[in-house]
Amino acid sequence: MVNITVEDRNGTQQQLEIPTDMGLNLMEFLKASEYDIMATCGGMAMCATCHIEVLEGLDKLGERIDQEYDMLDTLPDADDNSRLACQLQLKDEMDGMVIKIRGEY
Amino acid sequence: MKQVDICIIGAGPVGLFAVFEAGLLKMRCHLIDALPQVGGQLSEIYPQKPIYDIPGSPGILAQDHISNLLKQIEPFSPTYSLGERVETVEKQADESFTLTTNQGTQVNAKVIVIAGGLGSFEPRKPAIENLDVFENGKGVIYMVKDPELFRDKNIVLAGGGDSALDWTIHLSKIAKSLTLVHRNETFRGAPDSAEQVFQLANDGKINLILKSNITRISGNGQLNEVVIADHNKDETAHAADYLIPLFGLSPKLGPIADWGLNVDRNAIQVDTFDYSTNVPGIFAVGDINTYPGKLKLILCGFHEAALMAQSAFKYVYPEQKLSFKYTTVNGVNSF
Repeated sequence: MVNITVEDRNGTQQQLEIPTDMGLNLMEFLKASEYDIMATCGGMAMCATCHIEVLEGLDKLGERIDQEYDMLDTLPDADDNSRLACQLQLKDEMDGMVIKIRGEY
Repeated sequence: MKQVDICIIGAGPVGLFAVFEAGLLKMRCHLIDALPQVGGQLSEIYPQKPIYDIPGSPGILAQDHISNLLKQIEPFSPTYSLGERVETVEKQADESFTLTTNQGTQVNAKVIVIAGGLGSFEPRKPAIENLDVFENGKGVIYMVKDPELFRDKNIVLAGGGDSALDWTIHLSKIAKSLTLVHRNETFRGAPDSAEQVFQLANDGKINLILKSNITRISGNGQLNEVVIADHNKDETAHAADYLIPLFGLSPKLGPIADWGLNVDRNAIQVDTFDYSTNVPGIFAVGDINTYPGKLKLILCGFHEAALMAQSAFKYVYPEQKLSFKYTTVNGVNSF
């Protein structure tokens, strides 16, 4: 289990307890938790609709792969704190992270 | 005006297969799609990805799957309006529908099948104030259709993806001046194209502005200036006849939301008996519909299309009795 704080589109923050033993990535968990997130391509890093901003804990995450960089490059509003939630496999190191949902909906 | 039995909105896998199921029941189809090619997400987003859950195909590339579907529906001679988005749907006195696209194409159909996936793919727009003021022929263009428009003009292109690179290379040959603005200092996609763009900048053929964003645009009726801020927020003004923001496509439900259909969270509510909507004669199949237990899978969309066709038959041939036949018995009879 890890605790991650999620800020929705209205600016409301909520701390969520997330299982790390189910092989989920962050996009899948956010979608399952009924956050408004399109995730058009279903997790292939091919649409950038699961764009999130990491408010705290960017250093806890692994490197972006080229495909993720490539998709983030297509977004008008991405910056250095941007990630695609579908590329973030949930793991214990992510405990305490704060993220904000950004992708269009 | 084009007359058909069924007008299918969306030419993705489910829309294409709907042509097959309709064809078995002797119903002729016309397909309309906002994208310039058939295949929907499969062709637009992941053509080279293998799909493993198409019954009977242990693994098939998305684009190959679309090619197979096109071959499968060939006997039923479907017609297409591609690169067009349906704007309005009007019910006629004879209970048929007239659909009008953004290009003015009109189609009359007894039945409408919405197989629109996640909606129509539309250009992503950067957050720049006044952007909409200069749309529609006043200088801001999201899709390059006729490159000649840009001959001897001052152009600012924004974006860092493949299409931004490709158009920079192409338009640099004919533009009076070309400025490419990119948020980062590197381009991750298409290394060959990126190298060419850097070379063009070194040779003074284009103006490459990295780690920067467009902050303002202005003009008197017609666009004439774009203001670009670098990472220190220092601004420079650039003369621009055209601004081309290229930030990829994103699906939007669009005008479908205004057709009186029951919509829940960007999806159309349907009755699972036949995937009909609340409007008689309009059905919704594939990713665009929702019902208890909905799974967004291509194979589920195929099933929905088959059941839809059985009910659509009653609108197209109200006087006839429908008798169900296997393709193994009668084969596929083209028309």
